[in-house]
Amino acid sequence: MSDGTPIGRVRGLGSAHHGAHHWLVQRFTAVGNLVLMLFLAVSLALLPSYDYGTVSGWAAQTLPATALALLIVSVFWHARLGLQVLIEDYVHDSGTRFGTLALLNLATIGGGAFGLVSIARIALGGAA
Amino acid sequence: MPVATASLRRRNKILVTDNAFMANRPLSPHLQIWKWGPHMAASILHRVTGDGLALVGLAVLLWWLGAMAGGAESYATFVEIMGSPIGMIVLVGLSWAFFSHMMTGLRHFVMDIGAGYELTTNKTFSVVAPVLGILLTAAFWAVILLK
Repeated sequence: MSDGTPIGRVRGLGSAHHGAHHWLVQRFTAVGNLVLMLFLAVSLALLPSYDYGTVSGWAAQTLPATALALLIVSVFWHARLGLQVLIEDYVHDSGTRFGTLALLNLATIGGGAFGLVSIARIALGGAA
Repeated sequence: MPVATASLRRRNKILVTDNAFMANRPLSPHLQIWKWGPHMAASILHRVTGDGLALVGLAVLLWWLGAMAGGAESYATFVEIMGSPIGMIVLVGLSWAFFSHMMTGLRHFVMDIGAGYELTTNKTFSVVAPVLGILLTAAFWAVILLK
């Protein structure tokens, strides 16, 4: 049997048989979280006050709304990958693990969608 | 019994050299036998803060966004509850978890490129990362509260 190409040797490895994909996406989303969370933290710290008008007026602007929407995608994806590792480490029964991972997908995709719709409503003035 | 004494002395000498040698041995030779160090504390801190942020932080983030999308009334409810003493403890705790997770995460980035594995360097990073996390949390709230 030949050794194959370097990429062919690692493809499909790991406990989930997805090779290094999970590991890489965890890092890519970590970079996204780093930039976007620092944007959120600095923006919030510099807001003059925290009443409804000031905060929602800030979030409704194009740049903050874009950053918040990207943050939702990046941070929920990152959290899904992190909680997946937690579940794979501590839930040993395969049936329970499958069920827990299915719930995790529902919670993170559902939560992310709720966040994106909320940002769209703030930015487009649905409730204002 | 001179032979036995000599043998005992030799054995003791070997034991002494053994102890000196053992001081340099790995301290975690087995899954259940290990000594606490800053490296494992930093690793455990990274997981605990990350999962805490995922489970509690994201819920608060969604509530904040949903409350804003709902209008002034629902936002006032959010401010009332999260501005209470218990709510403030949660917010300070979440900001600490974020800055700690960020710093221990940056430590992971350094190790991902294959750097910082020397014992003293690794130990220094493991101590510095959580301390910077606490300092950044303090700085964040200082900017907000001293306005």
